Amino acid sequence: MTIVPAIKRDYICKLAKQGKRVDGRKFDEFRKIEIETNVVSKAEGSARVKIGNTQVLTGIKMDVGEPYPDSPESGVLTTAAELIPLASPDFEAGPPQQDAIELARVVDRGVRESEVIELDKLCLEPGEKVWIVFVDIHILDYDGNLFDAASLASLAALITASVPASRFELGEDYPLPLNEPPISCTSVKFDDFVVIDPSLDEEEIADARLTVATDENGDIRAMQKGLNGSFTKEEIQKVIKASLDNGREIRKQLSEKTGK
Amino acid sequence: MKSDKKLIDDAGKRLDGRGPEELRKIKIEVGVLHRASGSCYLEWGGNKVMVAVYGPREAIPRHTQNLLRAIVNARYNMAAFSVEDRKRPGPDRRSKEISKVISEALEKVILTEQFPRASIDVNIEVLDAEAGTRCAGLTAAGVALADAGIPMKDIPVACSAGKIEGRVVLDLGKEEDNLGDADLPIAISPRTNEILLLQMDGHLTLEEFNKALDFAIKGCNAVSEIQKKAILDKYQSVEVVE
Repeated sequence: MTIVPAIKRDYICKLAKQGKRVDGRKFDEFRKIEIETNVVSKAEGSARVKIGNTQVLTGIKMDVGEPYPDSPESGVLTTAAELIPLASPDFEAGPPQQDAIELARVVDRGVRESEVIELDKLCLEPGEKVWIVFVDIHILDYDGNLFDAASLASLAALITASVPASRFELGEDYPLPLNEPPISCTSVKFDDFVVIDPSLDEEEIADARLTVATDENGDIRAMQKGLNGSFTKEEIQKVIKASLDNGREIRKQLSEKTGK
Repeated sequence: MKSDKKLIDDAGKRLDGRGPEELRKIKIEVGVLHRASGSCYLEWGGNKVMVAVYGPREAIPRHTQNLLRAIVNARYNMAAFSVEDRKRPGPDRRSKEISKVISEALEKVILTEQFPRASIDVNIEVLDAEAGTRCAGLTAAGVALADAGIPMKDIPVACSAGKIEGRVVLDLGKEEDNLGDADLPIAISPRTNEILLLQMDGHLTLEEFNKALDFAIKGCNAVSEIQKKAILDKYQSVEVVE
């Protein structure tokens, strides 16, 4: 891990006291988001998402395989994230470490629990053959807030994915059956300041982190707190409000970019 | 390999409409990543490759350090979604071999003696694969090294030639690679035409080999111009502060 000099922390906190952030954003303002879909022709669906300098590419592959014994009539979802050494001087090659596993699991849960993919429609022969959906998340450039970038890239890739039925001689390709996805927004707290969409500098000095996923009705669909700091009730309400406001904008951009 | 598919039509055109000495379309972007010392995104036909260079930095673990010069670590990796059937993430024997031959090729042009005990890490990610990924990766690595300001004798470049239906052609495409008779990927230092990497599989007569090698060197020189143009496009407009 990088050793964060106390100087950097002082500087960020001093700015925050004046109501400013290092990159000039407001506390409840996201960096610029860019979504690009269908970037990998070999994948069933793919998307590259940039949040500021952070860049994530997700590719969807599908295969026919056996269902889990406890859910014989539903398709299988597998999510994997790779913090490849391309993305940061601190990432090392090798099997996925804790951070990559947490990232993959948070994205997986967001997709699975809110039933974004209609897995029951991906059954071919109950107990025998179902579609397996592989969501592979590649971090290309790491400048903070991987959770939101990875989940947005995965959603955009899923929305534009088509089931490769013709390759398996199972009829014509068709779009992956999906429900309206929740959008996740992450905030961090350092000293008594709470900011949304942390850059790497802010993430490195953060005491606590909170991810809130909201749906199109403005309801909360998932939350995850991280790190060893704490939030007050008021802070949590502020985070939820900022997540709702930003989530609405991101949802609009996502549907414009994917045409759905 | 047996196949009924015609790879070259009667007019001498290949499946994708190219002539025998024609390259696929190549697009190079320089400096696309924020964290890396140098980076390059390259599209070569259907191949899409991203390269990031880190270093020179202290080589870790220590026992890999060389007291007299830097070590060059190229790491070629294919994304799980880059191929038709999902590839299991992580290095396999093929990617380890490719990493090794690319590292050795790059080492030849980098002035490694300037950085004792250091490592120069070249991460090559294949995002979309369609025959010729090692050439695409090495070519992008050359650009990313230049972008990182690593001192080099030359910007290395790679290209392949091969044989399909008994004819020598430049830069094999996907089906030509699968159904063709031979593939000869090479990398050169374009100022001197020294060969930095050479692999061959298939079956070539001596005469065919010489022709294929000439084709590939010519191809390398053409790709080298595209590399240089991409780097100039990025940097020639930068104002020099006196």
